[in-house]
Amino acid sequence: MDDAGIIIAFYVLAAMTVGSAVAVVVVRNLIHAVVALIGTFAGVAGLYVTLSADFIAITQILIYIGAISILFLFAIVLTPQSGRTNQEGFLRIPAAALCALITGVLAYVALDTNWSIRDGDGFQETASQIGVLLLDKYVLPFEIASALLLVAIVGAIVLVSPEPAEED
Amino acid sequence: MRLSGEWYDLRDLGNIVAGLIRDIDDIGAPDWSIYVVSSLIGAVGILLWTILSVLAFIWIERRVVALMQNRKGPNRVGPAGLLQPVADALKLLLKEAITPRSADKVLFWAGPVLIFVPTLAVFAVLPFAPKMILADLNVGVLFLIAIAGINTPAVFLAGWSSNNKYALLGAMRTIAMLISYEIIQVLALLGPVLFAGTMRLSGIVEWQDHYNTWLLFIQPVGILGYIIAGAVETNRSPMDIAEAESEIVAGYHTEYGGIKFGFFYQAEYLAGFAIAGAIVAMYMGGWTLWGAENYIPPWLIFLGKLYGVFFIYIWTRGTLPRLRIDQLMAFAWKFLLPIMLVNVMVVAAEVLIWRENEIDPEVALPAIGLVNFFFGAALVMAWARFLGHGKGKMKGERALLTKEVGRIYFGTETSR
Repeated sequence: MDDAGIIIAFYVLAAMTVGSAVAVVVVRNLIHAVVALIGTFAGVAGLYVTLSADFIAITQILIYIGAISILFLFAIVLTPQSGRTNQEGFLRIPAAALCALITGVLAYVALDTNWSIRDGDGFQETASQIGVLLLDKYVLPFEIASALLLVAIVGAIVLVSPEPAEED
Repeated sequence: MRLSGEWYDLRDLGNIVAGLIRDIDDIGAPDWSIYVVSSLIGAVGILLWTILSVLAFIWIERRVVALMQNRKGPNRVGPAGLLQPVADALKLLLKEAITPRSADKVLFWAGPVLIFVPTLAVFAVLPFAPKMILADLNVGVLFLIAIAGINTPAVFLAGWSSNNKYALLGAMRTIAMLISYEIIQVLALLGPVLFAGTMRLSGIVEWQDHYNTWLLFIQPVGILGYIIAGAVETNRSPMDIAEAESEIVAGYHTEYGGIKFGFFYQAEYLAGFAIAGAIVAMYMGGWTLWGAENYIPPWLIFLGKLYGVFFIYIWTRGTLPRLRIDQLMAFAWKFLLPIMLVNVMVVAAEVLIWRENEIDPEVALPAIGLVNFFFGAALVMAWARFLGHGKGKMKGERALLTKEVGRIYFGTETSR
């Protein structure tokens, strides 16, 4: 009975994720596209929950729905040229080709990999283990990411700060 | 009489549910039925409690604020105006739900729902009592912040779909405010997590119970930051610029009327209760009261503390004036953020020193509390002085508009 529940949940969440992702491309209104994108993020967060990855799921909601979507919304609102429509561009065919390529690669990897299946041990806390790993084994990537973000923050401040006023 | 923990001990509501679930387990029902039953009971219970609390607090808040401002408040419907919230709710329900012709119909309808549902979901992780937690997540603290963060895009959608300048401006203001203070909130909640070593809310309550203290005393800077950030989250003055009536009509819900507005109104109250609940669980010992929880039902202690904290927000709403948007943002980024960052570092160092040297908690915790209190006070004062808000530098300048008008009418700036 437990298995049935998790399988139903997986297919519902997968349908939600893929359906929203299709809507992002198809919908004409850019703001509606962002709303559909939020749906995709939520679906992916749900998939993480079915994988017992509690910390990643919550972080997905916090970062993607709470912050990244706002970034998209602000970018749309603050860019007058983009207007409110999801127009067709001349990059349609290259984009389709690239998407097909990425889908193909992902599908090949998914089918080719010899997935190891774990069963028996149930839910485990992941947050503390992720914390330990970040400051132990993966400390270098972690620090590089922090430095990168810091540089981005400083760069943004430099870009938007007004020119210093000239002294008379 | 001590609480016995048997199912017929009706003072502790959690016992009945626990007993029921045990019975379901005994008759050999499948595993999932336990989850279904407990989640149904929890969800219905929380929904009922929130509706009753909101109705009660609409009346309490209006009466209390009226008392503070030397008015009478609602006093016509029912004895002492007690039925006023019911009348208000009926009015909101019966009002015509108008959708502006130029509004984005789907998103206009989705706005209130997207704001209301996450606000309600926050209550799932609040530990009302040892046996009364709907979902005792081990990432509960993060859940609190993440689910509250869903509000941010929802507010934008509500403001944008109204197709109204005031609504869009109000939404932008609210988003700027929410995002800035979300960082403060995260940093403020890091303190208790560092001390307790867990993100499970019931774990933090148990830590406070075990060491017989409240994190409030150990983390004064943290609770200060969290109360301020919570006022922003709940749109309450002095941070209620989201719906500054004198500037932008009603902010992002300018175009909403009837029950759709009712959703926003109720979501605001619910957010207030949720913030108060988080403060109680993380800083004020949750359901414990130094042994009294053995005699008084724990959920009553929790609710009492929760309403007490919520009263602070009513109090500030009745007394403090509204900040300007630039003051609010500057306060978050220039004042609170550095202080909270330093606070997190200090707390981390203290916890590390305590754990590494295995100091007796009887000695370590009071020492940490004293250090944090005096260090925090010194930090706040020093940083305020550094930013030019110290003693003797307060000039009491006139508001910009008054200055400009004075310049137009009198040519030069008039003397005070």
